Amino acid sequence: MTDTTQAAAVSASPEKQLPKNHYLNAAHGIKSWLFTTDHKRIGLLYLGSITIFFFIGGAYASLIRLELLTPQGDLVQPDTYNRLFTMHGILMIFFFLLPSIPAVLGNFIIPLQIGAKDVAFPKLNLASWYMYVIGACFTLFALFKGGVDTGWTFYTPFSSTYSNSYVVAVAVGIFINGFSSIFTGINFIATIHRMRAPGMTWFRLPLFIWSHYATSLIMVLGTPVLAITLLLVGMERMFNFGFFDPALGGDPVLFQHLFWFYSHPAVYIMVLPSMGVVSEIIAAFSRKQVFGYKFVAFASIGIAVLGFLVWGHHMFVSSQSPYTGLIFSALSMMVAIPSAVKVFNWMATLYQGSIEYSTPMFYALGFIGLFTIGGLTGVMLGTMGLDVHVHDTYFVVAHFHYIMVGGAVFGYLGGIHYWWPKITGRLYSGFWSHLSALVIFLGFNLTFFPQFVLGYLGMPRRYHVYPEEFQVLNILSTAGASILAVGYAIPMVYFVLSLRKGEIAGPNPWGAVGLEWETTSPPPLHNFESMPVVDFEPYQYEEHEPVPKPYRYSRSEG
Amino acid sequence: MRLSFPLFPEQASTLASKVDSLYFFSLAISAFFSVLIALVIFAFFIKFRRRRAGEVGAPIHGSLMLELVWSIIPFIIAMSLFVWGAIVYFDIVTVPGNATEYFATGKQWMWKFQHPEGQREINVLHIPVGETIKLKMTSEDVIHSFYIPAFRVKQDVLPGRYTTIWFEATKPGTYHLFCAEYCGSEHSLMGGSVVVMEPDEYQAWLDDAGPVASPEEIGAALFDQYICSTCHETDDSGRGPSLHGIYGKEARLADGRTVMRDDDYLRESILRPATHIVNGYPQIMPTFQGQINEVGVLQLISYIKSLGDSETPAAAAGDEAVAASNSVGTEE
Ligand code: HEC
Ligand SMILES: [Cu+2]
Ligand SMILES: [Cu+2]
Repeated sequence: MTDTTQAAAVSASPEKQLPKNHYLNAAHGIKSWLFTTDHKRIGLLYLGSITIFFFIGGAYASLIRLELLTPQGDLVQPDTYNRLFTMHGILMIFFFLLPSIPAVLGNFIIPLQIGAKDVAFPKLNLASWYMYVIGACFTLFALFKGGVDTGWTFYTPFSSTYSNSYVVAVAVGIFINGFSSIFTGINFIATIHRMRAPGMTWFRLPLFIWSHYATSLIMVLGTPVLAITLLLVGMERMFNFGFFDPALGGDPVLFQHLFWFYSHPAVYIMVLPSMGVVSEIIAAFSRKQVFGYKFVAFASIGIAVLGFLVWGHHMFVSSQSPYTGLIFSALSMMVAIPSAVKVFNWMATLYQGSIEYSTPMFYALGFIGLFTIGGLTGVMLGTMGLDVHVHDTYFVVAHFHYIMVGGAVFGYLGGIHYWWPKITGRLYSGFWSHLSALVIFLGFNLTFFPQFVLGYLGMPRRYHVYPEEFQVLNILSTAGASILAVGYAIPMVYFVLSLRKGEIAGPNPWGAVGLEWETTSPPPLHNFESMPVVDFEPYQYEEHEPVPKPYRYSRSEG
Repeated sequence: MRLSFPLFPEQASTLASKVDSLYFFSLAISAFFSVLIALVIFAFFIKFRRRRAGEVGAPIHGSLMLELVWSIIPFIIAMSLFVWGAIVYFDIVTVPGNATEYFATGKQWMWKFQHPEGQREINVLHIPVGETIKLKMTSEDVIHSFYIPAFRVKQDVLPGRYTTIWFEATKPGTYHLFCAEYCGSEHSLMGGSVVVMEPDEYQAWLDDAGPVASPEEIGAALFDQYICSTCHETDDSGRGPSLHGIYGKEARLADGRTVMRDDDYLRESILRPATHIVNGYPQIMPTFQGQINEVGVLQLISYIKSLGDSETPAAAAGDEAVAASNSVGTEE
């Protein structure tokens, strides 16, 4: 570790005040935010916007769960219900999950972790946020006009010919939002290639960087396919070009191929960054190098590459040739292997570690458990003979919520709790953050575990009326959802309180190794007072590191 | 609200137990690994908790041996699931040769069925137990999916082409029939039931429905009604080729391709003749898209299939051929 940065780290910790100059007080006023090119501020712009969408998407989910309390359609009309689950899916996937970790934490942390002043293309970075906002406006417009009822999957010819809802507005929204993803991806790739500090070789990169590199590849290569596909749907809808509707000479299954070519890898856009966060957290709170660093790093790349070759596992009952299905099934099994490798390496990292109980660690371990269940049920879905029965049932719904909430959201929350002191310079309440992690974990499982059972029983997804014998399980699920809602609300309170009166964190409250912890919290405008030089291996924990306080949460409890 | 609730679906077809064995195997594997991983994490979490400030973990970098072990073992397990899954899948998609053919058409938001003897039903399908049944399915509008959980079978039903599903019920009873592919407003109401009956009960049910014309007979009537017969005669002397004995044989097309005359080919030939012109004939056949619905097309195809090589159709042509409708003969 460099002497200068380390000295700064040690000397800053006893002080109980924020550094004099940091990115938050470098400029003031609304313009300083809207025209900022600082990667840290852009990360915060994203944080604000995706949080709004998370809660709108969550409101839709609550209505869905309320409707499903009873087997009859008594709360909302069928058409309303169809819009509820469609908008829930679209908002959560395109406007919350896809940008969540990359655009918020990736933007904020990547330059800090590699010792750069900013990302490679700061203006493009700002443009990406504007693309997001413009895309979001189109989607909100459609939402206020009454929404869309095609499902987030936009299957043709329903979406292109039959639906009477604002399909084109939302398709344009997602199309434009796609550029935000592409810009972010391009930026990360260029940044990771070109902006590393002296001494920061590829194998000294934190695993968070590796997973974002893999994610960026998917963003850049996959997103255009989705954009073009939605464009074709729009053209068919507006000008009757026959791409997908057989009545116009098109092929409806072609749409599914194009859609899943992007949307399967998109799952990895959501979960790979979470895996990166988990690697960081586990190393930091075991104070130990990640076991099998290179395997974990290459597993990310492996997942990104293989992830592009498995889309047909969504189509085993679509009339796709059974022989094509064979290939997709076999490849889907393969993509499980790098994920399994990661899980085992994280477990091995805990072995003989010095494990600290902390909120980020709870989320990381929660991630491992839930992602394991999500992954294993994914393997079940990739098993052709089994998929026929459970395809398009609640089994699938449960599976992907284990991946996207148990995986992606847990990683995101873990990351937010881990880097919050770096972002804001302040700590948050230990008690309340532990509690909310527990509530979220329990609420999540109660919501989604019964859905596996429902799915195998045969309850199809997107049903707003269902046979009576499914009611008990649906009540359990709705009960879980209400607990989950409480769990999500608690952090809003303690984070806001932390902003106002949280204890000062100091540069490295967790005693973690990594360049981001060697600068002040919050970091200065250009991240480092002097150019960092890297002469240490990733996660190199040594006994003489700055001695951490035994308990590092804010005690000025709110 | 019922107090008792099931956790596992009924098994009512020959395929159900095959799918369930696969399910229990994969469930056992999933449960084993989930529990193992959770226990190990929990144990490490307790055992290796930080005991004094400033403590660090042991400097362990990794182990190639372990990496190999935990890549290869999951790989073997995953591949065994793949193989078993593929075997079951091919059982599901391979229609046994002795299957009796029923028709199903999906339409926002109902299912229409026709029995081989001609009886028609909506949203309820009566079938005899122990008989292999195959449904030839198509949709009149968007994609639907035919799903009977108790049989563990599901197949998407597409507009513009035929898909098939087969099953053999093993237990009399009434089972849920669902549409599993989201298809618009009333998607969750687009279901009904499959009623599995003892063969003699089924026969009685058929008889109750009264004498009806079989699909071939109705097809024959349609063939006259839409004046197909003005061009398609019993031999090649008409303006169009004879349709006798063509089913299942290859056709040489004007553009040089040869294609198999299967159901999808016949459907295209009737609804959109321009997509493949038989070699040696002019492109004069009008399109019947929008005039004959999917049920009618299925019946015409049954009729064409029933035409032997001989000059006399196997099925006695429906007599009351209706006078040609004015739309016939004009391109859309
Ligand atoms: C105006 C004359 C005409 C009428 C009316 C007509 N067809 Fe045709 N049909 C043709 C001609 C000519 C061909 C061969 C060229 C082609 O493939 O289009 C043909 C081809 C076909 C073929 C493909 C034959 C093969 O050998 O592969 C089928 C099947 C068929 N017609 C069915 C029908 C049916 C069913 C109707 C009534 C609903 C009908 N046709 C009405 C003229 C006609
Ligand atoms: Cu997938
Ligand atoms: Cu449906």
